[in-house]
Amino acid sequence: MTDEPVLAMAEVTCRFADGGRAVTALDRVDLTVGAGEMVAVMGPSGSGKSTLVHVACGLVTPTGGAVTVLGRAPEPRRARRWWADMRRRHIGVVHQRLNLVPGMDALANVALPLRLAGTGERRAREAARAALAEAGVAEAAPVRAERLSVGEQQRVALARAIVGDRRLVLADEATAALDTVGAEAIAGTLADLARAGRAVLLVTHDSRLASWADRAVILRDGCVVDRVGAAT
Amino acid sequence: MAVREGLLTLLAERPRHGYELKAAFEASTGELWRLNTGQIYTTLERLARDGLVEPDPGAGDDERRRPYRLTGAGRAEVEAWLRAPIGSDSPPRDELVMKVLLAARRGPTTALALIDAQRHQLLSTLHDLRRDQRAGGDDLAARLVADAQAVRVEADLRWLDLCVDRLSGGRSTP
Repeated sequence: MTDEPVLAMAEVTCRFADGGRAVTALDRVDLTVGAGEMVAVMGPSGSGKSTLVHVACGLVTPTGGAVTVLGRAPEPRRARRWWADMRRRHIGVVHQRLNLVPGMDALANVALPLRLAGTGERRAREAARAALAEAGVAEAAPVRAERLSVGEQQRVALARAIVGDRRLVLADEATAALDTVGAEAIAGTLADLARAGRAVLLVTHDSRLASWADRAVILRDGCVVDRVGAAT
Repeated sequence: MAVREGLLTLLAERPRHGYELKAAFEASTGELWRLNTGQIYTTLERLARDGLVEPDPGAGDDERRRPYRLTGAGRAEVEAWLRAPIGSDSPPRDELVMKVLLAARRGPTTALALIDAQRHQLLSTLHDLRRDQRAGGDDLAARLVADAQAVRVEADLRWLDLCVDRLSGGRSTP
């Protein structure tokens, strides 16, 4: 483990043209998430939370500033490819919508990203089993996705986001479909994933879930207006 | 109890006598708190003794009609109070409401700055509660007590979000 943050954003700015109107979705945002650390991003809807997640996984290219993952940054001309590769190997994303493949069991669902990346079946299944265990849902392995409870599905999606030892986990309102206790349990598991050495970025509007994080960053109108918890 | 600070805030706007203070206090707090005149005069006397207010020299001799004004020390105290969040882990609900209402008299900027400071305080409290809870392990009673505290803090946070909404003209809430 190095001191280098897994995710680092420096002065990241995102401007869009929205029907002829210029919108600044992110305004010189500085953010780091280190290995072993969970950071919450909070803010009202429209504050830039989703854009921030999209920037962190390379789906949106900022108009200013720099983003590095694991200390590396893409060459501008090869950025799309580079980010696709990062998402395949190092970055896991969990959304509110889980997108598990129905008809496939949990193990196959979790193994899928590795299979698509060319990993052999046996190794992919081993890694999937380990990820399911870490996500607290080992016993779901043989169960078809559509037969799992919502909470179990959420954990399987979490397992899929960490499979193959992904270092950065982005959870974007990932608990919104769950009841309060279920959401707390998932937030606790995310905290455990961080303690096991991953970097976890939790985007939520729920202050109680955010309190599971080591620190929180509060966005408003695309700007960081407050930071809570340990100093950055 | 924020009556003392409430009166100071109102006097920071202009000198007022006791009855005016009572009316302005009740109006600015949405009639949440009613004050009796005795309470106002006792508080004013205490504030004068502490050097935070003084009788306005330009006014007449009728004691009941005598306006008070802030001293320099009083003004400093008001400014500091309006900026500082309530420090305790779970601020008395009425005191938080009152403080935001009084800050809102100054306009949205003052109120929003106070709300941000208070939110920071509350989020830090939640953060500390969570840390204690993790350290405390699986004890059910301790967990339920922590839940109770957390839910109260969340309610305050949610109310602050609504305040931001209203103060900024109905924009979105978290």
